[in-house]
Amino acid sequence: MNASRTEKALSIMGLVNWLGQVTLKVIGELGAVAIFFAYGFVLIFTYPFQFRKIIQQVYFIGVKSFLIISLIGLFTGMVLGLQGYYTLVKFGAEGMLGAAVALSLIRELGPVLTALMVIGRAGSSIAAEIGIMRISEQIDALDTMDINPMKFLVSPRIAASVITFPLLTALFDVIGMIGGYLTGVLLLGVNSGIFFNRIYDSVVLKDVTGGFLKSLFFALVVSTICCYQGYFTHMRPGGFGAKGVSLATTSAVVISCVLVLVLDYVLTSFLL
Amino acid sequence: MTQPFIEFKDVSKSFGNLQVLDKVNLKIYSGEITSIIGKSGVGKSVLLKHIIGLLKPDSGQILIKGKPLSEFSKAEWKAFKRSLSYMFQNNALFDSLTVFENIALPLVERTKLPPQEIKKRVDFRIAQFELEEVRDRYPSQISGGMQKRVALARALVTEPTMILFDEPTTGLDPLRKNAVLNMIAHYQHEIGFTGVMVSHDIPDVFFISNRVAIIENKKIPFQGTPLELEQSDNEIVWQFIHGQEVLQDQLTGLNPRPEVEKLVEKLLKQVALKKTIFTVVLFTIDDLEEIKKGVGYIASQRIFQCLAMTLKRYMSNKDYAARFGSSEILAVLPGADASRAEEIINKISSDCSQQELMDPTKYKKVCIDFCLKAGILEVRQPMDMATLLASAKKNQKVIAKMECKGVSGKK
Repeated sequence: MNASRTEKALSIMGLVNWLGQVTLKVIGELGAVAIFFAYGFVLIFTYPFQFRKIIQQVYFIGVKSFLIISLIGLFTGMVLGLQGYYTLVKFGAEGMLGAAVALSLIRELGPVLTALMVIGRAGSSIAAEIGIMRISEQIDALDTMDINPMKFLVSPRIAASVITFPLLTALFDVIGMIGGYLTGVLLLGVNSGIFFNRIYDSVVLKDVTGGFLKSLFFALVVSTICCYQGYFTHMRPGGFGAKGVSLATTSAVVISCVLVLVLDYVLTSFLL
Repeated sequence: MTQPFIEFKDVSKSFGNLQVLDKVNLKIYSGEITSIIGKSGVGKSVLLKHIIGLLKPDSGQILIKGKPLSEFSKAEWKAFKRSLSYMFQNNALFDSLTVFENIALPLVERTKLPPQEIKKRVDFRIAQFELEEVRDRYPSQISGGMQKRVALARALVTEPTMILFDEPTTGLDPLRKNAVLNMIAHYQHEIGFTGVMVSHDIPDVFFISNRVAIIENKKIPFQGTPLELEQSDNEIVWQFIHGQEVLQDQLTGLNPRPEVEKLVEKLLKQVALKKTIFTVVLFTIDDLEEIKKGVGYIASQRIFQCLAMTLKRYMSNKDYAARFGSSEILAVLPGADASRAEEIINKISSDCSQQELMDPTKYKKVCIDFCLKAGILEVRQPMDMATLLASAKKNQKVIAKMECKGVSGKK
């Protein structure tokens, strides 16, 4: 009787112990990421400015994502138009289609889907590139040359993300609305004047700034997480060399995606 | 002596429970190449990383021109770091930058030089290291030897006063290895930087080093010039400088020379107390040096190995034998008298004449006569090592012979 009680108590203690350890680890990691971000962000504004590198990264993260964002935006808008029409038509409210498409794009789908697409296209490669530089001692080499690796590698990527995410989101929104127009007006026969008029009437500045704010936050989170995962590839338990880089890339993508969706909920609840 | 450029004073460093350096003292002088040699994983790179500040000592001090590193101001440290270059073992070239961009990077990032000046300086290094053809290629598109040259060019482009080389020749073939060492020595003479090199290419690094430090068992048991190194009695030092012979001795089953020397000393003491007697046999291959020069290195080593292995076959577990010099073996037979030594020599004599190596027809290109001599000395009274060897040598007589008579290739 006594023995089983002791066992029970021990197992409970074990659970508490485990929970405590996990909590400490998570908080520690969060703190490390926060310091990493703060340091990387501050370095953007210190001399010498890295204009050239920021432009290169804007090209890589932004310009090269142009096509994929346009494509996804177009089809998202089209499917919104299609679904929206068949739902609204049940209530005889197909005239609201323009507003439905525009608001869902500007408030939610634009920032979130753009962030997810950029994570897949650019975030993974940022983590892999920095990770490979870490394991091949290129980051140590920068350090020995007295070139700050954070300023050289991380800051330009954070700055470029802050510039490109809102622009890509705006592109996504516009092309999405064109997609909605294509299915709603051209395919299903909603009046074109009503479609645009509803957009004009229903979308207010708060919606646009909300979407813009979201995309800014996503930019900071995604670029920081992806750089952080790559930068500390070598500290990862159980993964060395190529395996370490592959694990870093996977976690960069998974953590960024999860954080984008969680943050979307949190921001929405504040913005509404 | 002049003040060292860098000095380690009682530096200790541990990683968790693993102590890597234990009160290490090391002096590095300005304008010289200092080589740090030691087995893998004994903390050679840890020493280098302390110099560039990637690691900090747990206790002890590192002095730069007499001033402790811990007392450096931020500006002083930055200036010191900028006067250093570090050449990584695997080169650590930026694989997404071209050769030109790699070499230019420290100048582009650290200086305010105008682009034309940077181009001029980089082009000068590119020409100096004969890299013109690969100027616009990426590191993965060029050979390993070229990558080393690019790394060296990148290390030199900032005109540093000190360069740290982390195993610059590891993994290179012998020709490239020589080329890299030659390059380092050549530019050191030309530019006059201070070099610290971690290596295990022994004895090659001795030729280009002004000073050598051996790190072993968390400490530095020896540091000094290569000449002092050669004259040192330290057993660890001996093993390092006779690395190649040690390998051969291991292959043939011979004992290390210091071990046999110690045994002889012990036996001599016992002889003095009239507790025991022992017999030594000194084998010499006559003209082994000639064979090395004329027939070849491998042939000479094969002959030596053959003798060593035949000898080992007839020795008992109590007996010891070691290489003394390049063509001599001393066998020590504790407790035995001359008759047992005689017996062994007879067996070796008959064995050797049947060996392929004693067949003159095998030396078609160059054939050089050689003979095997053996001298027995029964030790019954105390004497010193030199007398013992000299007496054994005096007793030597020929026990086997290879004559080139009638072979066309005779020299």
